[in-house]
Amino acid sequence: MAYGEKVIDHYENPRNIGAMDKSAANVGTGLVGAPACGDVMKLQIQVSADGIIEDAKFKTFGCGSAIASSSLITEWVKGKSLDEAENIKNTQIAQHLALPPVKIHCSVLAEDAIKAAIADFRGKAATVGGRAAQNVAAEAAAE
Amino acid sequence: MSAEAKKNIRLPIYMDYQATTPTDERVVQAMLPYFTEVFGNPHSRSHSFGWEAEAAVEDARAKVAKLIGASPKEVIFTSGATESNNLALKGVARFYKDRKDEIVTLITEHKCVLDACRHLEEEGFKVTYLPVQQNGIVDLERLREAITERTAIVSVMTVNNEIGVIQPMAEIGTICREKGAFLHTDAAQAAGKIPLDVDAMHIDLMSISGHKMYGPKGIGALYVRRKPRVRLQALINGGGQERGMRSGTLPTPLCVGFGKAAEIAGDEMGADAERIRMLSERFLDAINTRLPDVVLNGDRERRYPGNLNLSFSYVEGESLMMGMRDIAVSSGSACTSASLEPSYVLRALGVDEEMAHTSIRFGIGRPTTEAEVDYTVETVVKHVQKLRQMSPLWEMVQEGVDLKSIRWSDH
Repeated sequence: MAYGEKVIDHYENPRNIGAMDKSAANVGTGLVGAPACGDVMKLQIQVSADGIIEDAKFKTFGCGSAIASSSLITEWVKGKSLDEAENIKNTQIAQHLALPPVKIHCSVLAEDAIKAAIADFRGKAATVGGRAAQNVAAEAAAE
Repeated sequence: MSAEAKKNIRLPIYMDYQATTPTDERVVQAMLPYFTEVFGNPHSRSHSFGWEAEAAVEDARAKVAKLIGASPKEVIFTSGATESNNLALKGVARFYKDRKDEIVTLITEHKCVLDACRHLEEEGFKVTYLPVQQNGIVDLERLREAITERTAIVSVMTVNNEIGVIQPMAEIGTICREKGAFLHTDAAQAAGKIPLDVDAMHIDLMSISGHKMYGPKGIGALYVRRKPRVRLQALINGGGQERGMRSGTLPTPLCVGFGKAAEIAGDEMGADAERIRMLSERFLDAINTRLPDVVLNGDRERRYPGNLNLSFSYVEGESLMMGMRDIAVSSGSACTSASLEPSYVLRALGVDEEMAHTSIRFGIGRPTTEAEVDYTVETVVKHVQKLRQMSPLWEMVQEGVDLKSIRWSDH
């Protein structure tokens, strides 16, 4: 298969590879895909107090187009608010990277990954306040 | 690798010898006169142009026959192994269908055998697709049980194209004789590479291909046993050439080239096999020494060493191929095909889908050099390490996470 220039560039010089502390309150982690399907993406975002994505990291098991899609989306989400990042569409990724039809699912996965990371962050933010009370209730139930 | 060694390599490196091989220069030279000087129709009986072409074709036929221990009268030229496989299966099944309407084959056979079988199923034949063991080899007892008195033909590939394992053809032949079924083998990947003897192996029909053994593309052969006689219904009707089994004017230059390739393969098989085994071990040892979690698919011993199918755990095959763009290989990964399904051959071995996605087939052939092997090792190691660093699966495994314990999303 012949690859587009941008896919090759992201594959050879992937942006923002790495990992963040997934237990940190200001980090959201999205893990999507399945090894059996041939692609798994892990996308992490670090969110500032005012809801801006300060940093993003990824790791991807998948073909060149999957790696490029995740690399590209980490570039795009940095500096965006959660709502803005959530509105990134897979078609934008596919178009930017000139993905052939058979590789569109890679861009879908990248969109899923950022959505999952945002959902994870929001879930944490919602439960941080309630967690102390929950723990007390759980302990009481255990006794 | 030193800069000096690198200079001696011409890129890209070809490591896909199961797909095809370059035509040997000696073969090309042997073919050339038959395009222009000796251009006659080998079936023309009335003049010397035809006689000369016929003599060349018959000489080629004898050379091909010799390679597999057959008589020249038992060798029919075809357009290649796909046609030979179709002719063997459909030809035999249709000829004997009043008495026998069953076929036995393996799920790891080449697509053309499986597809021919599917078509025969539509015609009403019953086909048994036998599984293989984890090492890729058929279980002989299961094979014996699958053959009934209604079985017309059993088809088993000698050397598997994807994983290189060698089936025990002589034992399979013995079972087929006992059970009264004909044995066909697709030997496209075996002929000219490992010793073959249709009598010793009790093979009744054998498909071989020119371009897999340094001969030209567009020509192959089907061996059809005469004693006891195997009969078949032709697929291509016409002037009755090839003893009525395959009509059409023979392509004299291709036949000559195929014959020359068979002759060279027979003469040089010992030396070739030894070199290829040495290069194969060099490659595998270096990879295994430098990379953990690499699995060789298919039996370790019972294989043609020029075919190494490796799974690089936690690294998707296509992304690895993308990194080693100056090395031509094939992948068992889904992503190279439009289907997105991982290799059915690897799945048949019980290889997990995730591992099937990480597999690459390396072919070592007659022209392969030590420098090419070493360059390939360097490239593979470098890219597997890089891709593992960016693999979430590798990261999880390093953290002690059991990947099977994760509930993965479907997509």
